[in-house]
Amino acid sequence: MSAGVVIVGGGQAGLSAAAELRKRGHEGPITMVCDEPAPPYQRPPLSKAYLSGELPADRLWLKPEAFYETARIDLKLATRAQAIDRSGRSLILSNGERLAYDHLILAPGGQAKRPPLPGVNLKGVHVLRTLAQADALSDALKGAKKIAILGAGYIGLEVAASARKRGLEVTVVEAADRPMARTASPLLGGFFGSVHRGYGVELMVSTPCLGVVPDTTGSRAAGLELPEGERIEADLVLLATGLTPDIALAEAAGLACEDGILVDHQARTEDEAIYAIGDVARFHSPRYGRSIRLESVQNAIEQGKAAAQAIMGMDVSYDPVPWFWSDQYALKLQIAGLVDGADQLVRRGDPEEGRFAIFHLKEGRVVACEAVDSGPEYMAAQRMIERGVTPDPERLRSLDVAMREFLA
Amino acid sequence: MVKITYIEHDGTEHAVEATGGLTVMENAIRNMVPGIDADCGGACACATCHVYVDPAWTAKTGERSSMEESMLDFATDVQETSRLSCQIKVSDELDGLVVRLPEQQG
Repeated sequence: MSAGVVIVGGGQAGLSAAAELRKRGHEGPITMVCDEPAPPYQRPPLSKAYLSGELPADRLWLKPEAFYETARIDLKLATRAQAIDRSGRSLILSNGERLAYDHLILAPGGQAKRPPLPGVNLKGVHVLRTLAQADALSDALKGAKKIAILGAGYIGLEVAASARKRGLEVTVVEAADRPMARTASPLLGGFFGSVHRGYGVELMVSTPCLGVVPDTTGSRAAGLELPEGERIEADLVLLATGLTPDIALAEAAGLACEDGILVDHQARTEDEAIYAIGDVARFHSPRYGRSIRLESVQNAIEQGKAAAQAIMGMDVSYDPVPWFWSDQYALKLQIAGLVDGADQLVRRGDPEEGRFAIFHLKEGRVVACEAVDSGPEYMAAQRMIERGVTPDPERLRSLDVAMREFLA
Repeated sequence: MVKITYIEHDGTEHAVEATGGLTVMENAIRNMVPGIDADCGGACACATCHVYVDPAWTAKTGERSSMEESMLDFATDVQETSRLSCQIKVSDELDGLVVRLPEQQG
């Protein structure tokens, strides 16, 4: 009898791989080792509709309970993987149990970063990655008047918007000179900065944070400390400074890691029985000519499918056009492609009207598009990137030219 | 209870007892109807929950929103009755609803 597939991680990537294996006719056992107590759920709403109270917990589950039974997927919840025995092809759990595998898929995601600053472990200091952390943050928001958020990336800004919806005062402190500096163009970052300010968020850019300030008891956070003795007083603090991929298990097993677990176009590590997918996996993208690691739902789903298909002996070559989205206030931001390496930016539409798109061109080809409430631009851009379309920038700028025309 | 029938591209029917207040997409997921992917979880960001509403029901399922309209503009195999099922909320009014699924999502 085959030992089957063991998956480390109960997020969207792991589930996607498991579901795809069954869909493609895998007959052997499938076991998912999930360190969280909750069955696989959607993470994106945790900073958005779930946190603002518009979406109840029972609408977060990715699959109904019956799915796991029907698909014969053994979900081991609240269970940690301890070590990989590569020569023995088995995974050792923290309770000592040993799970033999034919194929091992690593999909552990990562941990919300706690920057190395004084006070980051005080009570009242939150991070947001898991459902339990979202519940803790949501509970803390209930009694609070003011939240200080460190980091103006997606999570920081989405929580800022959700907290404003719940009536809190919000201060966001960001070291870079604009929001979303790592992932978005200056124009888009600047736009979202002014949107947040318009909704009453105090947004401080180019502002390093020196640490979390304790209250008089010394055990609880009372705000953030800034240079020159300045302080942001707050009832609670959220650290939103990114994700550290969970590479410990892979590294200890001798697999090559470099800010992520290194995999090939089939999501396979250097050990042909071991795959890595989702937020933790770093791979070479021929499309972008460099190694990338994507933290997104799309990548979790698609790379999960790619690994499953490779295990089933199918010919796969994973090189996605990445896409991301963010909901802040009533605005929908959709990004296609990766925002780097462009030599020309073309704006279509007017930020003043709250509807516009920024096309990123490299040597004439569309490589990315940031779209604010601009569905046609976003959808067309996905296809333009895929096909390497070289639009005339003047026509692209003109709202009189329908997006369809660029795909004709 | 509200009854919704999902018909796969190959004709396979799935009649489900749907829960009001949730979307047509969420009811498909909860009842394991194959062919509705809903990658983005209902944020109207991916166009992978595309359905064709039976013509008898289009008046009751309402109009497409502008974001939905533009997502559908570029989806595959779009017809006049196409909707994103994450944007249709189930109510008693929709008891008996029939939707058909496209050959592929995306």
